[in-house]
Amino acid sequence: MTSADQPFGVYVHVPFCASKCDYCAFATWTDRHHLVDVYLDALEIDIARAVAAGMPLATTVFVGGGTPTLVPPERLGAVIRSIPVTGDAEISVECNPDDVTHDLLEHYGDAGVNRVSIGVQSMVGHVLGTLGRRHDQRNVASAVEAVRSVGLPTFNLDIIYGAAGESQDDWEHTVRSVLEFDPPHVSAYALTVEAGTPLAGQVDRHPDDDDQADKYEVVDTLMTAAGLENYEVSNWARPGHECRHNLLYWRQQDYLGFGCASHSHRDGRRWWNVRTPERYVDLVRAGAATESAGETLDTDTRRMEGLQLAVRLRDGVSPEVFAPHDLDELLRGGLLRRDHDRVVLTRTGRLMANAVSMRLR
Amino acid sequence: MELSRIRNFSIIAHIDHGKSTLSDRILEITGAVESRDMREQYLDSMDLERERGITIKAQNVRVPWRDHVFHLIDTPGHVDFGYEVSRSLAACEGVVLVVDAAQGIEAQTLANCYLALEHDLEIVAALNKIDLPAADPDRYAMEIETVLGIPAEDILRISAKTGEGIPELLDAVIDKIPAPTGNIDAPLQALIFDSQFDQYRGVVSSVRVVNGKMRAGSKLRFMQAGADHEAIEIGKRAPATTPVDELGPGEVGYLIAGIKDVGDARSGETVTTASHGSTEALPGYRDPKPMVFSGLFPIDGDDFETLRESIEKLKLNDASITYTPESSGALGFGFRCGFLGLLHMEIVKERLEREFGLALIATAPSVQYRVHRTDGELVVVDNPADLPEAQKIDFIEEPYFRVNIITPKEYTGPLMDLCQTRRGEMQKMEYLSPERVELHYEIPLAEVVVDFFDQLKSRTQGYASLDYELSGYRRSNLAKVDLLLNGIAADAFSTIVHRDKAFDYGRRMCEKLKELIPRQMFDVPIQAAIGGKVISRETVKARRKDVTAKCYGGDISRKRKLLEKQKEGKKKMKSIGRVEVPGDVFISALKLDD
Repeated sequence: MTSADQPFGVYVHVPFCASKCDYCAFATWTDRHHLVDVYLDALEIDIARAVAAGMPLATTVFVGGGTPTLVPPERLGAVIRSIPVTGDAEISVECNPDDVTHDLLEHYGDAGVNRVSIGVQSMVGHVLGTLGRRHDQRNVASAVEAVRSVGLPTFNLDIIYGAAGESQDDWEHTVRSVLEFDPPHVSAYALTVEAGTPLAGQVDRHPDDDDQADKYEVVDTLMTAAGLENYEVSNWARPGHECRHNLLYWRQQDYLGFGCASHSHRDGRRWWNVRTPERYVDLVRAGAATESAGETLDTDTRRMEGLQLAVRLRDGVSPEVFAPHDLDELLRGGLLRRDHDRVVLTRTGRLMANAVSMRLR
Repeated sequence: MELSRIRNFSIIAHIDHGKSTLSDRILEITGAVESRDMREQYLDSMDLERERGITIKAQNVRVPWRDHVFHLIDTPGHVDFGYEVSRSLAACEGVVLVVDAAQGIEAQTLANCYLALEHDLEIVAALNKIDLPAADPDRYAMEIETVLGIPAEDILRISAKTGEGIPELLDAVIDKIPAPTGNIDAPLQALIFDSQFDQYRGVVSSVRVVNGKMRAGSKLRFMQAGADHEAIEIGKRAPATTPVDELGPGEVGYLIAGIKDVGDARSGETVTTASHGSTEALPGYRDPKPMVFSGLFPIDGDDFETLRESIEKLKLNDASITYTPESSGALGFGFRCGFLGLLHMEIVKERLEREFGLALIATAPSVQYRVHRTDGELVVVDNPADLPEAQKIDFIEEPYFRVNIITPKEYTGPLMDLCQTRRGEMQKMEYLSPERVELHYEIPLAEVVVDFFDQLKSRTQGYASLDYELSGYRRSNLAKVDLLLNGIAADAFSTIVHRDKAFDYGRRMCEKLKELIPRQMFDVPIQAAIGGKVISRETVKARRKDVTAKCYGGDISRKRKLLEKQKEGKKKMKSIGRVEVPGDVFISALKLDD
């Protein structure tokens, strides 16, 4: 039962990459290009079945990966077109700057794509090298130019801070260079060490909390000065350019995921698909469920999770969700500030969002 | 049992010099235990004893050898249990001294030998581990001759590991150690030299009959405890327990009398018959006095009752623990406990944690101070929190220990340095041999209880050994140093120290706590203060980043679980002045490096 004013999201996972970044813990593969065709077939079948089963019109679609730009754009376009959407739907695709051409974006535009998210990561060569990224930072300029020439209404640039050897100057250079493209949206992520990644095993390359905190302050200052407002811990946008699809995650709204390892959430139940593309393809072909496992949260857990997500957003939370002495301490300590009848994380507080979340009740 | 065919003896040896292996070998060679039943170190039954390789509670066992019966009485192997050692020795006519042929005699072994000589016990000396390539039995035989006056040529050479020389050693026990004497017709006098609590049978006591007969089923009087109990079962351990009808003079066995608490059947107790019994107790009994005091607090406040029940249960088997409820602003509710020494304290804490599943914090060990107030009253203080206000104190006395250290001579300098920094006064220095030195010091007990043993070992690569005993109380210039976290006194860290060391102590504790306390949401000032005057200050800078960067579809469950886990972890923290302090900080902080 989803009406036009009740958002509904669709996520499509494309698990293929040209190379694997050594900090990446996502379900992606560099050696399975032979599966691209059958995988895209499976996506179309899987989506068609969901539509037949009454899937609501999507208000947002997000194609992520992996590297969606690695697969033939006309085929990806067909997958996207098979998803029924509302008239004003936001349809995003994650892009590797190396792959973004006028031609590629025209294919996407024909399929209804109106937003791309470009993985810039850094504008400094040696930092890109450390991150294990292959692209050339000069391609970012041509990618942004292509976005503008095709006339996509909005786009995002992703950047990462805290790679080994990245100085404060390097980071400031990245942020300033990115702002020169006048992006309507920027996501800046602290490099995070995920278990099982090559980075996890190299302790001397792990980021330092204080260094990352300094870099967060730099990016927040420069973004704000450039007119991009922070609306979630790691996201800044000009008014009206917030990512509606991501907001839907953070507001515990409903979404369905297609493709291997994708997550879905409906009516308080969350589940995730099998991890490998082979298994996903086999299950879809066999007409079987692609779910690997799931969880249904009880009311209290769901409420607490909702608060943990909400506290990260610009709108903040009601002061009553903190015990009075905690609230007092967090306000006095400069981690929270009052905003009318809400309390909102300050910049210092955003950097400590997990610790603040521990005080939620 | 004919007295002339009984021999009662203990084995005196330093940790690792092979006492347990020798006991095992004796059990095997005498046929008391079938070799297929041999369990390594048969006598050390408590897990903790096996792990630490020491005997905490004494055991005894009866073994046959060439028409004789031996009672092998095990003694506790640590300095904290000196009184228990003396009671075990009181049940013997002789001792077998075992010295590692590659290491020579150690301080505690020597102290126990002197104790044996005080009891007029015969010493049969043996150098063990002669199978080792590093063994130098001639050299260490000379050393034993020098310090104990036992002719070097009389010292046996054995290997408990291979069994070499063991029959000769057992023969020497028959030849040299006198048979017990005793009058079978006199009123019963039996010495309890150990008691252990068995959850099914109550207290099981080890007894040595001195005079008269102990009969199963008879009514017995425990003279020091002033209580009568029925001898429900008496028996011998060979080593399997075997009930007998009676035990006569010179015999060693066990007694079960329906007692619930080892405190009612303490080591040193004299047992006689309830009617027509002896009027005279055996000499040497005393109440073991706790020397070291510490607060034990459950990390989870809800465990307080469990802790109470656990200490009560442990006390059933260890009468030397004292405990009274204590409340700490920093740590909540717990117990102020008294221990015989530091090892005893560690063992009790570890047993409570291991056997009763508790997570505990132990506060800084303290000694008993005699505080003379200006109004002339004397108060005994074993908890810094109880120290009267400075202006009400006339003077304070603190306990001193006589400390004997045996060390290879090259470590003399570092050890003198250590004793010096611990306010020690050298009394005497003796050469046991050209290579080894015995140092005699008087040191305040408070300086010995913190880290002294670890320091002694680390400065001598483990070669020095230590023995100590209380020598008396002395007047000292002492001050209480408080530590404040976020302006709130963390009473668990309050310590009484010598005034000359107070500033240094305060500074080091602040620095240490700065290292140990994890960064919090806010800056945390750490201050050391004497009577409200701050003498040192450090700041733990606020943590700046604790955030999940990405939180999209697949990350949400993970993040929630991470936060749930962090919340669990928080339960293991103690909150002082709204500062989250992990439990192990208390222990680590109290281990001050010199």
